[in-house]
Amino acid sequence: MQFFFEVLIGGLLAGVMYSLVALGFVLIFKASGVFNFAQGAMVFFAALTTVGFTSMGAPFWLAVALALGVMAALAFLTERVVLRPLVNQPQITLFMATIGLAFVIEGVAQLTWGANVRALDLGVADEPIEWLMDRTGMNVSKFDLVASGIAAGLVAVLAVFFNKTRTGRALRAVADDHQAALAVGISLQRIWVIVWITAGFVALVTGLLWGARNGVQFALTFLALKALPVLILGGLDSIAGAIVGGLIVGASEKLAEVYLGPYVGGGIESWFPYLLALGFLLVRPEGLFGERRIDRV
Amino acid sequence: MLYRETGQFKTAYAADQQLFPIRQDRIAILALLAMAFIGIPLAAVTPGLAGAIDFNYWFNGVLIPLLIFSLAALGLNILTGYAGLLSLGTAAFMAVGAFAAYNFELRVPGIPMLLSFILAGGVAALVGIVFGLPSLRIRGFYLAVATLAAQFFVVWALTKFAWFSNYSTSGVITAQKIVVFGWAVDTPVERYLLVLAIVCVMALAAKNLVRSALGRSWMAVRDMDVAAEVVGIPIMKTKLLAFAISSFYCGVAGALYAFAYLGTVEPAGFELDLSFRILFMVIIGGAGSILGSFLGAAFIVLLPIFLDLSANGIEHTFGLALPSGLVSNLTLIIFGALIVFFLVVEPLGLARLWQIAKEKLRLWPFPH
Repeated sequence: MQFFFEVLIGGLLAGVMYSLVALGFVLIFKASGVFNFAQGAMVFFAALTTVGFTSMGAPFWLAVALALGVMAALAFLTERVVLRPLVNQPQITLFMATIGLAFVIEGVAQLTWGANVRALDLGVADEPIEWLMDRTGMNVSKFDLVASGIAAGLVAVLAVFFNKTRTGRALRAVADDHQAALAVGISLQRIWVIVWITAGFVALVTGLLWGARNGVQFALTFLALKALPVLILGGLDSIAGAIVGGLIVGASEKLAEVYLGPYVGGGIESWFPYLLALGFLLVRPEGLFGERRIDRV
Repeated sequence: MLYRETGQFKTAYAADQQLFPIRQDRIAILALLAMAFIGIPLAAVTPGLAGAIDFNYWFNGVLIPLLIFSLAALGLNILTGYAGLLSLGTAAFMAVGAFAAYNFELRVPGIPMLLSFILAGGVAALVGIVFGLPSLRIRGFYLAVATLAAQFFVVWALTKFAWFSNYSTSGVITAQKIVVFGWAVDTPVERYLLVLAIVCVMALAAKNLVRSALGRSWMAVRDMDVAAEVVGIPIMKTKLLAFAISSFYCGVAGALYAFAYLGTVEPAGFELDLSFRILFMVIIGGAGSILGSFLGAAFIVLLPIFLDLSANGIEHTFGLALPSGLVSNLTLIIFGALIVFFLVVEPLGLARLWQIAKEKLRLWPFPH
């Protein structure tokens, strides 16, 4: 039983990290209907930029600020070069464009900073919490706990931003109805830039946390694939869905690997979340928290 | 001046229904086929030319993959372009086809090669139907992500269960020698001709399929499935048939990929990257166009070769050695930028550009 809880907690904490990636997707999909496949590349780029600036001698806070600036510039460029000319195109076209964008970002990132794996130290060790270890014998990583705390803080900040600020409310208006938002005088283009900057910020936080854990490397771009089942499980346009979906996927994939894996030869982490999400979708085709579609002929 | 159908009258229904109603189109396509079937192979065996041009490279490195990818893109185009069901699992269906053909050849003594290709397509079609079942309930990006389940599951299953690869230690299979009706296909020219013949037959079938009742139902479902259901199109049958036929094409393409192109394949060769590449071919070539599948495949296959050649050319002319990382990253950037560029300039793909060019050509040299 104790082992079960240990696996469960490890899974939930990993799930928080998935949620973070999914969050970046949801932000952009909500506001512009763009399924941004480049989110994984953005995570990689943001982390690599931060590490790159620190290795050039900048203090950590400055490097983060500079990386944020770079992500903002990227958001501006993306809006100008990719989104604006493609306005009103079918979603699949925009999706393909973001795959192209992902290639460009990956290429630029490696061209600028090199392709080596780099270490990133946030000052939190990835070791079991002794206090919990002594009391219950459970192995819970300190780093995971801190990462979850940061993720929770990030979600809280985003929630306040969306609900209390003028810009946040404008974002929600755009997400609800583009035309109505235009009619009350909200500039779509400005909103898109803001939402891509926000997604860049989320990518930066995600990249730092994942990078500190596994090293800043090209494999970070595959995070996008981890986030996809989370997304469809929770619903493409729901922030709450991204969080809950992440927790479900994280916990169930670890439990499945431990309890189911031995029977089929292991390695099922690669596809189990997708089958799980598929099962959920068969019951609720819009995901757990997604907006229900009404068809009119 | 040249491309004008003035004076070409249709006097029978058959003439009204034919695939290429304009005479110039018919001549052009016949010339193209004659070139592909007779001209290129003849040039390859002409002693003088064979020394000047490296035909083996052209067959193995360009023409054969081009044709095979066209076939796979055609399969995906049926599903995504015509039936409107976005799929990211194309490579998985190709893998099923490749491994199925290998196992048929291995385990059924004396089975004709072509039959095992067809059966491999059939197995891929069955797998396609299974993974197509969710499409009855989910749509759009939700479905796209659901097809990723097929992608990861198939590759995992082929790696994990050693039976599929006949217990080879690394999961790598070596395709058997191709023998068609007693004709041993080993030289690049012969393999090229075999692939070309199969692709032509299947492309013709697809072209006719999409203008049949089934093809029209696909387009109706694509444009609005609720409306299609209301006018009496059986949604389940239509969608599942789209999955089955599309997977059949991908399965045959996968079998050819293993047998006629690479020779040895492993499950890891059918990763998500390949699915994306084929999706690029469909989008860049033009979704919902048979011609577009070929144009898209040509673009995606030729572009990296062209970029490589230009990098080499730059190195030679300026006499500097570019670091290999730089070249591969630049290729990545240019590739991505070109995709975005093409989508911005012509979201409907190369097939649409071709159509516009034809319209312009009909009026040329007059502006209106």
